[in-house]
Amino acid sequence: MGDMMTKRISKGLLAGVAIATAIGGLATPAFAQRDPAYAAARSAGQVGEKMDGYLGIVGASTPELQRLVNDINIKRRAVYAERAKATNATLEEYALTAGCQAILATSPGEKYQAPSGSWETRTSAPPMRDSRCP
Amino acid sequence: MSAMTNGKLTDRARAATSLAMQGDCKAHRFARMVAVALVPLGLAGCVTVNAPEEPIVIELNVNIRQEVIYRLAEDAGNTIEENADIF
Repeated sequence: MGDMMTKRISKGLLAGVAIATAIGGLATPAFAQRDPAYAAARSAGQVGEKMDGYLGIVGASTPELQRLVNDINIKRRAVYAERAKATNATLEEYALTAGCQAILATSPGEKYQAPSGSWETRTSAPPMRDSRCP
Repeated sequence: MSAMTNGKLTDRARAATSLAMQGDCKAHRFARMVAVALVPLGLAGCVTVNAPEEPIVIELNVNIRQEVIYRLAEDAGNTIEENADIF
């Protein structure tokens, strides 16, 4: 019993150290902030999270908004492709899963796409998501 | 004489034709009855088709199964956290 406890504690400690190292080592790239223009467009509801895992323009499109959305979606696609390969999934499968998570991670006031295809404003209530989302 | 013979022949021919036609008529009548019987069926089919009451939902990538999404969920969650600048 005591042995088990020690083992468990040491395991926990090791995990804690590992996490701390990971956070310390990856702090700059992992928790990089959103570009101010993107953050502003997001909170203004000009862009929203689509079901397919990509960013969409909610209202009227402007060249700047289009450029911003395209830029982020290209980067997202690259990340999805890399992770899809690592997890033996297709790009679409990974992107759809990321879409589930990205919609769940929206803050109240931000826009997301509901399964009906309509743009919704996130409230404190859970978002309307695809029935397959975890 | 020749007219009589012709008449007989014509009569016979006519009788034969009408018999044959009777069979034809029956077949036609049957076909028509079937057609007439089928019309209400078709109409009934049209009437019973109702628009769904629930809103039409876009099934995005219907071939992607839920198990796959569940398997990828954790990894996708981490990916979003690690790439916070583009999410």
